[in-house]
Order: sequence, then structure tokens, then C-alpha cells
Amino acid sequence: MAKVVLQLGELTCPSCMTKIRKAVSNQDGVSDVKVMFNAGKVKANIDESKVSGDDLGKVITELGYEVKKIKTKEIA
Amino acid sequence: MKFNMWVQKNQNRMTAVIAILIVISFAVKFLSLPLIETPAMIIASIIGAIPVFLHAWTALMNKVISIELLVTIAVIGAFVIGEYEESAVVTFLFLFGSYLEQRTLQKTRSSVKNLTQMAPTTAEVVDEDGNISTVDVDDVDEGDHVIVKPGGQIPVDGIIVDGKGYMNEASITGESTPVEKTIGDKVFAGSLTDNGTITVETTSVGEDTTFGKIIELVEEAQDSASPAARFIDKFATYYTPAVLVIGILVWIFTQDFPLAITVLVLGCPGALVIGAPVSNVAGIGNGAKNGILMKGGNAVNTFSKVDTLVLDKTGTLTTGQMSVTELNHFGDDKESDMALLSAVEGTSDHPLGRAIVKYVNDQDVNATSDLPELDTVKGQGLQSADGNILVGNERLMKANNVEVSDDAKKAINARINQGDSIVLMAVNKKLKIVVGVNDQLRSDAFEGLTALKNAGIKRVVMLTGDNKVAAQHVADRLPVDEVHAELLPEQKVDFVKKFTDEGHHVAFVGDGINDSPSLATADIGIGMGTGTDVAIETADVVLVKSSFDALAHAYVLAKKTVANTKENIIIAVGTVALLLIGLLIGVIHMASGMFVHEFSILVVIFNAMRLLRIKTLKKSPKLDTNQVKTA
Repeated sequence: MAKVVLQLGELTCPSCMTKIRKAVSNQDGVSDVKVMFNAGKVKANIDESKVSGDDLGKVITELGYEVKKIKTKEIA
Repeated sequence: MKFNMWVQKNQNRMTAVIAILIVISFAVKFLSLPLIETPAMIIASIIGAIPVFLHAWTALMNKVISIELLVTIAVIGAFVIGEYEESAVVTFLFLFGSYLEQRTLQKTRSSVKNLTQMAPTTAEVVDEDGNISTVDVDDVDEGDHVIVKPGGQIPVDGIIVDGKGYMNEASITGESTPVEKTIGDKVFAGSLTDNGTITVETTSVGEDTTFGKIIELVEEAQDSASPAARFIDKFATYYTPAVLVIGILVWIFTQDFPLAITVLVLGCPGALVIGAPVSNVAGIGNGAKNGILMKGGNAVNTFSKVDTLVLDKTGTLTTGQMSVTELNHFGDDKESDMALLSAVEGTSDHPLGRAIVKYVNDQDVNATSDLPELDTVKGQGLQSADGNILVGNERLMKANNVEVSDDAKKAINARINQGDSIVLMAVNKKLKIVVGVNDQLRSDAFEGLTALKNAGIKRVVMLTGDNKVAAQHVADRLPVDEVHAELLPEQKVDFVKKFTDEGHHVAFVGDGINDSPSLATADIGIGMGTGTDVAIETADVVLVKSSFDALAHAYVLAKKTVANTKENIIIAVGTVALLLIGLLIGVIHMASGMFVHEFSILVVIFNAMRLLRIKTLKKSPKLDTNQVKTA
């Protein structure tokens, strides 16, 4: 298990939030997705054997949002 | 999906192009050149519809019915019936509105952003061979040695292993006076070295540092909505699809296509969705800027209702730092007696002892170096084997039949009446020194509590484990309504429970050291300490800077934030009502509806921005540093 934090550009519409959350949650091996509207961050737990932080970054980019930074941290 | 990204990035430019096209179109309209007018509007509509459509599409792919979908349908509808002017203006207003939203939201978020930008990004790591390399702070591991040059920012939490210097820890403790730190001292990420080069052994990095925790807390706080905001969030989820359904029903039953698409535009829940959260963000942002961390909309909401303030004494109303109030000497050689006292107290680690050692040191008197063997007399003090040196309380003096002069008796009584703790020293059975030691009352406690009472606190209760005399002594100097002394931590919890059971809204203020149960039990736990982990985790509101000024500011801010949220909800609901009425009496059409709509969004954002400007009450001149006693 690992924890991924993605820093996005400014989010302005709350419906973007729902969109990003659903899109990221739909990926295999992703759990506990949290989209922080004001901080412009997405946090999720991933199973690294199934998906990577970069994969999530790609999903969000394809939705049309800028991904500034991806941080992945091992958790026990 | 490259196109999608391109559109996203250039949305603002596209908005500008649409604006130009619309202006051209309106201009030529007056010149009666229909050949240019209509094509300009058509092109404007198409350019405007692209980003809106893309948003709608990606949302729909993820099974979300978005506002953009409503607008897309409305624009296509207007296009089909040949209302190019309407479709162009609607897309322009929608895009321009979201641009303004972006700009203004940035403003409301700026306080927190400024805080996060203070987080260190790189560190200079020293390897075993002494080579220095600059690395991203995320790549620093526990145990790594990092070097910090004068004026540099400390990138990690850790312990100094080499060098010394003055640290400015304002970002952690709120205290901007630099503190001297040397080998073995703990330093915090985010603080600055004023001078001196130090090497730090890393104990934690990034989000695990105290500063990282503070940032994470604030970021999560602004996104954790109040009950009102959560309700609206839910409402909006069902509201948007409902508007779509209503639009279709209107079309079926009235056969009035323009009316149906107007309904879609008017139904956008804009101000309703953004109104409540934006107040929270601004309020919490203002707090963060002033060293007040409110853990989300819920905490703000509950805090604003508080009418009973329960405070711990030691470490909260007082600084928790002991200091000597007065030292009376009886006999001839004051300096050598003080030197002896300092030496004896130097052997103990008791707070009273440390205060005395510091006091004597400050008088430029050095402690005696040759000290006989000392024995501890439990509950009384210290004595030398021959009984010639006695340092302790009155009981120790009585037990050893020490001779106490009338003057000394007077001095002792004077200290007791001041609520001081007393330390006595006798040499050769004669009382030589009477020292009063006390805890400092926070300089802004009186003003802060007065401000809190003016702001709506009805009852201030002080709870303490300390004795009644000392407690009453503190209470007499402050606007405190009730005092309960000699309490154990669990008895403090009982009091808090009793108040909440009586139907009061209770806030408990403590330092989180031995009162975390009370912090957790109260409706609102307020941690007043220098950023201790316990306080950060248990409390609902954390005051980074331990001041009553900050506490009063937090309370006023909470009240104003809640009021602001209510105003925004009224504005949003009012706008929807006005639009509906306008629609029914036929004065509102698609473009004007969109205009009113976007305008109401800006109104709620600007209203929330007023919260950013609320200032800390004042930078008060120091009151007298009253001396009070602690246990």
C-alpha cells in the first residue's frame, strides 16, 4: 500500500471535485480518494501492484486538469 | 486528449476571443451589416461551447451530471432555434464568470497558500565524508544530517548535533523573539536561523514534522464543511439532474422550447454551491494567518455558539513559568547566603528550585562550589547531614526548631497573602532567607477575557489542581465568574460534563499536557500551547501563539464566519427566487439569467472576502506582569 498526494492547479467548480473523485476511484487498486477543493489536492491510497501515482496523474490530466506534482509514499 | 488540455490551458484566451467577437457583432449590428453580425455570433458560440462541452462530456463519462451539461444543452438548443446572440452571450458569461471565480477564489485561499509556501522545499544533506548535496526535502531520510546556514530555513524536524545559533520559530510557536539553541536541542522545520551554522540530525520529514502537521490540518480544515455547507453539497448533487428533468418537463408540457432552455440556464446552482464553503475558507484562512487553527466548518460553527468558557489555570491563564517575586534576607552576608541557596537549589530539578537558581544568577551571584552532602526530607525540603543548612518549607524549619525573627515572620505572611509558594533557608538554626516564587499571569489575560465577554461569553470558569488561596488570588485579578480549586484531571472533566448537561455550550481552554480529557469532552476544545502534538491532535481549535488576544480573535472570527455563511445562503436562495419570479413575469431570458447568476456568485465571494480583513483586536501594551502562585 502507498499513499499518493497529487497537487493540482486551482480548482474552481465543486462539480469538478465530484468528477475527479469518481474518475480516480474507478481505477483498479485505488481506495480512500479525497479531493481537497480549496487546497487543490487529491489524496488516495493505492495498491502499487495494480496502479501507480503516475497512472492517477494521467487520469486527471485526461479529464483536463493540470497536475503539478505527484508524491507517493509507502505506508505499512 | 491533448486537445482537452490545450482547451483547459487556453480557456481564458478563448474567453477573450469570444468577447471581441461579441463586441464586433454588436458594433456591426448598429451599422446594419447582417453579413458579419450573424457569423461573428456563430463563431463566438462555437468557440465558447467547446470548453463547456468538454467539461460536460468528461463529467458525463464519469456519471456526473454537471452544470456544464445544462449550459451545453441550452447553448445547442439556442443554436438550433437560431438564437445565436443568446448562445454567444451565455457561453461568454459562463466562461468569464468562471475566470472571475478563479481569480477571486485564489484571493480567499491566499492566506493558507502563503502558509504552505513557507514549507521548506530543499535541504542540504551532509554525507559521512562531509560532502554537501542539495536534495528535495522529500528525499531526506530520518537520521540524515542536514546543514543549515545563517538566515537559512530549517528543512526538517530534528536535533542539533553541531553548532549553535538563534532560531526564529514564529511559524511553530507564534513567538517571534529568537531563541538560542545548541547541541542536543530540538529544532523545527519551517523555522529560521537568525545566525550561526548548525547541523541537524533528522527525526522527521515533510508531513510528519510539526509544521507539516499544521499545514495539513489547515488544508483539511478548509475542506471540511459545516453542516450547512454539507447539506447544500448534497442538495446540489440532486439539484442539477433535477433541473435537467424540469427543463424537459417544461418543454413537453408547454411546447415552449426557448422557455425550457432558459430554465436550464437559470437552474445552475452556482452561488448556492459556492456560498457556504467560500465563507469557511475565508474565515479559516484569516485564522491561519493569525496563528489560529480551526479544524473545519464544524468547529467554527460550534465555537460560535459557545457561552461558557472553562479555563485551566497553570499554563493557560498563567505562563507556567515560575519566577521569584521577592527575596528577603535576614542577617549580614546576603551574597554568600544567596550563593549557598543557589547551590542547594541547583541540586534539585524542581521548578521552584530552577526559578531560584535563575534569580540568583541574574543578580550576578555565583553558586557556592563546596557544598556538603544533602539529604531530602520528604515533603519538607533539603538538609545537610549536620542540620546546619536547611532549605525548604515552614514545616522543615519548625521540625528543626529554627529561630524566626518577627521581621522574617512578617515577610513570610506577606508572601503567603500574595499567593506565593515559599522557600526558606536557615543556617545554623537561624532563618536567613525568605523567597516567594510565583507563576506569571499572561499579560493579555485580563484584556482577552474582557473582550471575550463583550463578544458573547456569559460565564468564565477557572478550574485548577492548585490550592484555593493561589486560585482565588489569580481569579481576583481577572473577570472570572467561578473558581474551582484543588481538582484532579478527572474532576475537571466532571465539571465540563456538568456544564454541558446543563445545556451550556462549553469551550475548554487548556495546554493539552494533563487536560486532554477535558479538551475532548467539551463542545469545543481549545489547545493553547506552543504547538504541542497532543494539543494539535485533541483540540478543535489550536492557538499556535498562546495568547488571549488570539483566543478573543478566534471567537469573534467564528461568530462572523457563521454570520457570513448565513448571509451567503440568503443571497443565493434569494437570487434563485428572484430569477424564477423574473422568468414567470417574462423579464428574464437566457443571457440576462446567466448574467444575474454569475453576478450572484461574485457577490457571495466578495462577501466572504470581508472575513479576510477582520483584524486581530489590537497589539496591546503589556499590562503589569502580575505574579500568581502555582502548585
